[in-house]
Amino acid sequence: MNLDKSTLLEAYRQLKTIREFEMRMRLENEAGQVPGFIHLYCGQEAVAVGACMQLEDKDFVGSTHRGHGHCIAKGCDVGDMLLEIFCKQGGLCNGKGGSMHIVDMNKGMLGANAIVGAAPPIAVGAALTAKTLKTGGVAMAFIGDGASNQGTVFEALNLASVLNLPMIFLYEHNGYGEFTGADYHVGGGDIVGRAKSFGMPGEKVDGTDFFAVYEAVGKAVERARNGGGPSAVEAHAMRFFGHFEGDPQLYRAKDEVKKLRENADPIKKFIARVTESGQVTMEELTAIDSEVLAMLDEKVAAAKAAPEPPPEALYTDVYINY
Amino acid sequence: MSIKTMRDAINEALRQEMQRDPTVIIIGEDVVGGRGGSSGAEEASGGAFGVHAGLIQEFGRERVIDTPITESAIMGAAGGAALTGLRPVAELMFVDFVGVCLDQIMNQIAKFRYMFGGMAKTPVTIRTTIGAGFGAGPQHSQALYGIFTSIPGLKCVLPSNAYDAKGLLAQAIRDDDPVVVFEHKMMYTDECEVPDEPYLIPFGQARVSREGDQVTIVAFSRMVSLANQVADKMAQDGISVEVIDPRTTSPLDEDGILDSVEKTGRLVVVDESNPYCSMASEIASLAVCEAYDYLRAPVVKVTAPHTPVPATPALEQAYIPTTTQIETAVNTVLGIDSPKAATG
Repeated sequence: MNLDKSTLLEAYRQLKTIREFEMRMRLENEAGQVPGFIHLYCGQEAVAVGACMQLEDKDFVGSTHRGHGHCIAKGCDVGDMLLEIFCKQGGLCNGKGGSMHIVDMNKGMLGANAIVGAAPPIAVGAALTAKTLKTGGVAMAFIGDGASNQGTVFEALNLASVLNLPMIFLYEHNGYGEFTGADYHVGGGDIVGRAKSFGMPGEKVDGTDFFAVYEAVGKAVERARNGGGPSAVEAHAMRFFGHFEGDPQLYRAKDEVKKLRENADPIKKFIARVTESGQVTMEELTAIDSEVLAMLDEKVAAAKAAPEPPPEALYTDVYINY
Repeated sequence: MSIKTMRDAINEALRQEMQRDPTVIIIGEDVVGGRGGSSGAEEASGGAFGVHAGLIQEFGRERVIDTPITESAIMGAAGGAALTGLRPVAELMFVDFVGVCLDQIMNQIAKFRYMFGGMAKTPVTIRTTIGAGFGAGPQHSQALYGIFTSIPGLKCVLPSNAYDAKGLLAQAIRDDDPVVVFEHKMMYTDECEVPDEPYLIPFGQARVSREGDQVTIVAFSRMVSLANQVADKMAQDGISVEVIDPRTTSPLDEDGILDSVEKTGRLVVVDESNPYCSMASEIASLAVCEAYDYLRAPVVKVTAPHTPVPATPALEQAYIPTTTQIETAVNTVLGIDSPKAATG
């Protein structure tokens, strides 16, 4: 696969933005600055970026509790995301959603979702809208290996298949559902095979390889746009941190993450590929690194300094008219 | 204006709203019926209770969508479609089936707007059926509107007659918030005058079904007609009973109910649901908290017992509140031991 230089640089900027965003969130969380739970996406960046770079604003994404990466890749404003994670006025949900509910309808982000397996039926509804209103759009649901066992996911697969909807089921196999290994919790062991049994194509890819994800999702999106119906992709990429920040990760071997960082870091792999091919120089990537870090410095500071929602906001937006 | 059944009134509302707004779709199980199968029938059911009859011929399969038996996906897809530009009318064939899709209703549809800080709207209507009387047993006969009413973000509608059913459903479809419409399955053939043209009934406005000044009965859904029967009968004995039909439990017309209670000083609540954490409890609580000084007698609740709905008609009839129970309750709040004493 050959992508032009500007696409590669944009992909790198997104990968790096997600990585550094999450590392910053980790520090802020440790410092007690973040309300509630956060679930970090480090190690899985190539899945979100590879998948969402195949989408447009008119396309919809249903996300998960581990949604920061999906939101960034789908085009949510990083500053507005930070306001939301710090639960401030002006955040993408005006502070009422927090980390697990970041939404941006203008960007087709249907929301991170704190209920495991809840997003696929909602994304199917967005695909139904695209088909009914003939927008040319598609919908995609991110589904963890843990969520792959939820009945809602099977129902969504079946309904998308029966109604021949423009839908992509993107399984993100990160090795664990909370504190339990996928080698235990996935009956039969073949997640994408479950999707294929509903009559749709399905492909397993290395989720730490941006190019593999980009290519597989590209095929699925093209098929959906052309009226071919739903597809599934199972991308494997282990997370570098716990289920949530604070998780002691007693279920992982001591050297597992160390090895992942050495051998399965999607950003290292991306850098190696694009610099070895000569398309991009390290200097160009380093310049992006500096820009990303400076941007985060500025936006984190702004978000922390932003005002809390006013007390009366407790009562607004339950209904439009009541 | 003509006499129509509640089934036909609902059908008319759906048809007129679909004609008016091309983003209105119907989605659910066997809302048409006949997909697949060997007969080739275009329409095999028109809905489990026949309310969609003929809609497929006018609006086609793109807008009247039969799904598999898949309540979570129906509710989720309706919510997602509503977020993204459609105005779905999703059918939950029996309210009892909420057990397999409550997450999509309670945690998703009801919360989207608030959880997203007002950045989204979810104009979905969920039509469902409630009520005992068919001998359909514990999992097809419940009156679970109290559960939904307790969830912020949902509006809850309980038509008690064909006229209200049409106007309330049209309002539900045009409403930008999620609305659950509870249709009593024993009432689809109930008839009354229903205008042919479209009309809307606003939410949160109780209807005074019978005017009176000695006792207020607040009743819901099918219980309104029972309360009316009691009011009419007792009127012959010189007892003046007011029947209030809230029509929506969320929003609830608290002022309308309190006005009546303040006028009569006596309250009977009739609710086909189980008694605990019910609308009956809610209305009794409202009266005690907001109109205590006006009450001349303790509030009496007439509800189903705290049991599942039995299948056997003998027991089912004992489960459903009766006109006799309601009449006794009215006498109780009046301090009358027997109906005869009322005329004395």
